[in-house]
Amino acid sequence: MLTYVIRRLLYAIVVLFGVTLLVFITLRLTGDPVQMLLQNGTPTKQDIDNLRHAMHLDQPLYLQYISFITGAVHGDFGNSLRYKDPAFQEVMSRMPATLELAVASYLFALVLAIPSGILSAVKRGGATDLFTRLISLIGISFPNFWLGLMLILLFGVWLKWLPVSGRGEGFVGSVRSLVMPAVTLGLAYAATLSRLLRSSMLEVLHADFVRTARAKGLRDTPILVRHALRNALIPVVTLAGLQIGFLLGGAVIVEVVFSWPGVGRLVVDAINNRDYPIVQAAVTLLAAILILANLTVDLLYAVIDPRIHYS
Amino acid sequence: MATAPVESELGRNAAHRRSWRYGIVGRFLTDPGAVFGGVLLALLIFAAVAAPVISPYDPNSTDLVARNTPPAWLAKGSTRHLLGTDPVGRDLLSRIIYGARVSLSVGIIVTILAAAFGVLLGLFAGYYGGWIDEVLMRVADLFLAFPFILLAITIISVLGAGLTNLIIVLVVTGWVQYARLARGQVLGVKRTQYVEAAQVAGARDARILLRHILPNIIASVIVLATLQVAFVILTEAALSFLGLGVKPSIPTWGSMVNDGRLYIYTAWWVITFPGLAIMVAVLAINMVGDWLRDTLDPTLRVL
Repeated sequence: MLTYVIRRLLYAIVVLFGVTLLVFITLRLTGDPVQMLLQNGTPTKQDIDNLRHAMHLDQPLYLQYISFITGAVHGDFGNSLRYKDPAFQEVMSRMPATLELAVASYLFALVLAIPSGILSAVKRGGATDLFTRLISLIGISFPNFWLGLMLILLFGVWLKWLPVSGRGEGFVGSVRSLVMPAVTLGLAYAATLSRLLRSSMLEVLHADFVRTARAKGLRDTPILVRHALRNALIPVVTLAGLQIGFLLGGAVIVEVVFSWPGVGRLVVDAINNRDYPIVQAAVTLLAAILILANLTVDLLYAVIDPRIHYS
Repeated sequence: MATAPVESELGRNAAHRRSWRYGIVGRFLTDPGAVFGGVLLALLIFAAVAAPVISPYDPNSTDLVARNTPPAWLAKGSTRHLLGTDPVGRDLLSRIIYGARVSLSVGIIVTILAAAFGVLLGLFAGYYGGWIDEVLMRVADLFLAFPFILLAITIISVLGAGLTNLIIVLVVTGWVQYARLARGQVLGVKRTQYVEAAQVAGARDARILLRHILPNIIASVIVLATLQVAFVILTEAALSFLGLGVKPSIPTWGSMVNDGRLYIYTAWWVITFPGLAIMVAVLAINMVGDWLRDTLDPTLRVL
């Protein structure tokens, strides 16, 4: 078991390197940041060369990459070209906002999906099932940016119940401003989860051990909760790692729509402004979080399902 | 009509005495979800193909006098612009009809390319195993480790916006799923007896792959592809919304939503109807895709 963990950790680090390399190369191929920075005034060739040297852009690519990696390990991603302070700091200062959004969306999705998935499976073929399945189908068909805008329209513009954008102050304020973004981001995931849980639950409910439990005289609810649910959640957990990636990706769009002060919006702006350090820092950190999350999910999987045994 | 074959009906004449409901077309027509989705899809394809004929206006002709006209059923609306106009006076209905072209063609082209590329790689990885398999899986994990949108945005910012670049980005980020699926399916089929027989008989690898393995995995690939078309349409819309899609001169649903963002307080229809179009298109495809999955291979429910 321990060797497996170590192997996965090492492998995760390799993937992380790969990701940073990919981003690094992609960004270097794009527009020239020096030109962008020196737009005002008439820079002389000397100015351009000086700036280029100061930003290490005149060194061969592999040297740049090495200095980037050595810096990254110390948490030094250079300074943001736009904000003039350490990129790492800029990214980290916005991380709580994004994490708040991600966690809220995930919880919302769970709260919505688990009961509906279970109900749908238990009352299979009935009106509840059909209704839930229809809603889920519609749920995964929403373009998330449009859903966000529609919610803003309904609850922010017309009903004026919730703030239209930004992150609120104080407890009530921040909860109110979190509602719409979390619903937007979580709805699609809730729909997917509900469908998955339903089919997984259906399979479990027909299994032998459930029949045994019923034959032993256990009532429906304990069977459901203690036996069926635990097994039905297994495929949900295995897919959770993949879904976290989608969640973070979706967060980018939701943050843009709601002007949520998170990492996603920062990255989109930074890419448009050719602010390399921020993009590198943000992507590296996000990738690290993702990889860590995937690793945790894999290990959790081994814990939840005693049948799995990694050598 | 008998719905289950009786002893006496088995045999040569049984097929045309059984209910029409059991053929593939029959199974499609008796599933309300599939029919609903299919009809919507047909309408969409019709709109895309017949766009120049059925749309009331040229999608790019502006009319600044008629800026932000509400849809026809509202107070200041007029029947000249059934769904209203956008901030520079372009007719919304026409733009939505033309938008179907971009969405559908991007969806189909990207899916075909990504599927072809991904399945090919998956076939090799699954069949030959060894280091090819390892490398492929690691590369796939690499692509999956990345929030998809970020990867797309980063690549587009390098290549610039535009239709071809958009397709390239979507194919590059999309082939992974097909490769994984194909590889997994190949691993299952590889051990069957008819493949073994073919190998023993001395068939060349290419022949085995094409004639024995591929036909058996094609069903799941088709299911994935159908559902991926929906996903590609959503992603194209999202990228267009962020301003990273096709050129501004081509109307696309995502960019229409982006155009209308500033006017959310005053002209809600500009963002509502294009988004609705996206949703309807994706819904239709998902419905048909679900039916396909249930018909061809119910074990793929995780897709």
